[in-house]
Amino acid sequence: MTSTALRSRAWKLLEMVTTPLLPSDYLDLVSPLRAGADLRGRIEAVHPETGDAATVVIRPGRGWRGHTAGQYVRVGVDVDGRRLWRAYSITSPTDRQDGRITITVKAIPDGKVSNHLVHRTTPGTLVQLDQPAGDFVLPPAKPAKVLYLTAGSGVTPVMGMLRDTGFDDVVMVHCAPRPQDVIFRNELHGLVADEKLRLTEVHTATDGRLDIARLGELVPDWAERETWACGPEGLLDAAERHWAGHGVQERLHTERFRPRVVVTGDGGEVTFSATGRTVDADGATPLLDVGEEAGVLMPSGCRMGICFGCVTPLKAGAVRDLRTGEITEAEPGVLIQTCVSAAAGPCDIER
Amino acid sequence: MTAIDPTAHLTAEQIEELGRELDAIRDEVIADRGEKDAAYIRKVISVQRKLELASRGVLLFSIFPPAWLIGTAGLSVAKIMDNMEIGHNVLHGQWDWMRDPKIHSTTWEWDHVSPAEQWKHSHNELHHTYTNVIGKDNDLGYGIMRVDEDQRWHPFHLGQPLWNFLNACFFEYGIAAYDLELGKNLQKRRRRSPEFRARARAVGRKIRKQVLKDYVIHPLLSGPSFLTTLAATFTANLVRNIWTHSVIMCGHFPEGVQVFERRSVKGETRGQWYLRQMMGSANISGSRAMHFMTGNLSHQIEHHLFPDLPSNRYAEVAVKVRALFEKYELEYVTGPLPKQVFSAWHKVFRLSLPNRKPKVKTPDHRQELVAA
Repeated sequence: MTSTALRSRAWKLLEMVTTPLLPSDYLDLVSPLRAGADLRGRIEAVHPETGDAATVVIRPGRGWRGHTAGQYVRVGVDVDGRRLWRAYSITSPTDRQDGRITITVKAIPDGKVSNHLVHRTTPGTLVQLDQPAGDFVLPPAKPAKVLYLTAGSGVTPVMGMLRDTGFDDVVMVHCAPRPQDVIFRNELHGLVADEKLRLTEVHTATDGRLDIARLGELVPDWAERETWACGPEGLLDAAERHWAGHGVQERLHTERFRPRVVVTGDGGEVTFSATGRTVDADGATPLLDVGEEAGVLMPSGCRMGICFGCVTPLKAGAVRDLRTGEITEAEPGVLIQTCVSAAAGPCDIER
Repeated sequence: MTAIDPTAHLTAEQIEELGRELDAIRDEVIADRGEKDAAYIRKVISVQRKLELASRGVLLFSIFPPAWLIGTAGLSVAKIMDNMEIGHNVLHGQWDWMRDPKIHSTTWEWDHVSPAEQWKHSHNELHHTYTNVIGKDNDLGYGIMRVDEDQRWHPFHLGQPLWNFLNACFFEYGIAAYDLELGKNLQKRRRRSPEFRARARAVGRKIRKQVLKDYVIHPLLSGPSFLTTLAATFTANLVRNIWTHSVIMCGHFPEGVQVFERRSVKGETRGQWYLRQMMGSANISGSRAMHFMTGNLSHQIEHHLFPDLPSNRYAEVAVKVRALFEKYELEYVTGPLPKQVFSAWHKVFRLSLPNRKPKVKTPDHRQELVAA
């Protein structure tokens, strides 16, 4: 018998020993970062970068497959006991010797996870991880000239690139309200001093917003440069128009951090994505009734919110708990009780 | 249905006001749920797993009597924790708000022969929605006992003290059979329904796994301690079954707990639903350890009012709920475990014999309220 077959047999036996739990339920108690476990990481340090940004050092579990410079990772953080998932760019170089990764987080107003990570999290905390993802990365063949166009926390994926791969001719235009708001400012100026980077800072609090039409004044040869741009929607939309207007859109790579803009209101268009049905719902009718009315096969139980027999994934949008008025927004893994939830804006129910 | 309706003095407005006050208690806990609660359930789960592992480890040497005693005691406690404070409450969705897929009502499975899915249907849905409604809530006597004067007597009930005792000893099997509605489904035609057969197969699989683990694999792993480990796991299951049966009997069977007629729940308002939960449940008083070992089902009244609030919050909720009982002059049925167990068993014995129907039929106050 091969060793794989032996191992799988031994594992089956172990499962019989631990039923109805799995051996991993016990192993997780002692070794949550081991190979074969669900991917997690342990926060080892939190270094402040600016007044509202910090770099979080994470030791990923053994199953971490490694990232490409510019990629992001989804992180599941328990905030006030509730697991919330967010995506953050990886700012550490790919060849970091100790196997740790870093993400750099800017606390946004009312941001539950970002404020928690920047201001409250402590070393030793376990977080859930996904494998790195995203195609905002450098190409295998080195471009001769590079432009990084960033604003605010849009600097984070680019910092991952700068730390990872050096180029002969790199220009960076970075926008932030004031000098002290520039994340990684010391390190960026260090690169400038070493003549590895030419940097233009645009301080929007004093200089006003960057007018992309006048980019040529800052970077005369921008159209010849392979460009990576990351920042708020407005900047990226303007950049895409500008590059397309000059017929060089293939040189522009953008990364959008979609701030989750969920329109909440009273009622909305409900999509039952598994069935492919869409109906209008008001803000007072339980989604269970809405679905049944539309002929969707909905699981149901007590119809009063106590038996949890109707829980269903909420894939997009927001719903309101009819008992408490509490709004739940869609996130991966979020389940809602359809019998006591009504549409709070357009939403997508996996039924 | 006692001769005197203990809620007859309440007006419809009062009942709705009571409902609003209970909703406010619920909202307060929900707004305050957070990190401490999450840490609590994680801690309990971790302690339970370590205790079970350690006890099973000790039982590998159960041929030595002290090891047998320690291992059996530990395993009994671990099994009780798994079923009560963890399993029952997780399966109620009390911890779903954490959004941890590993501690969630849709993924949890427990050390019990009734598969979680089937138990959730018969318990969360049928029992908690129709609490103590004769003919709708089969938890009233589990279909094998008569627990109210108004239920029809049958000579079969003469044996109910014995049925109840056997049910206590093999409670998890009783629950599995109950969740399957075995009595009803064994009739010829229903037996062949594919839906019932699928559910019966699921129970069969669960029983096979549990039995294999407890009575074959762990004894085999113990080598020379085979027989003593077998005896230990059997004992632990017996202890767990008798304990959970006793706790659960105390929830709805002691004297003073009301049962309701089927027609009384038609068109029930939120306030009336709450009132039925209040009058249909009974608590057990005692120490914190006692509450913990019952999975906080000692706070049965609070659990029935708010089945999805985290169990570690029932104690603080109980203070406010009890104040409402006093305010509305209702009887809060509670007492120490021995008293409640005796009371429930007393009823089992008493109702094994036929009784005369009460002369004055209770007026159904809900019907009156609607008319008024």
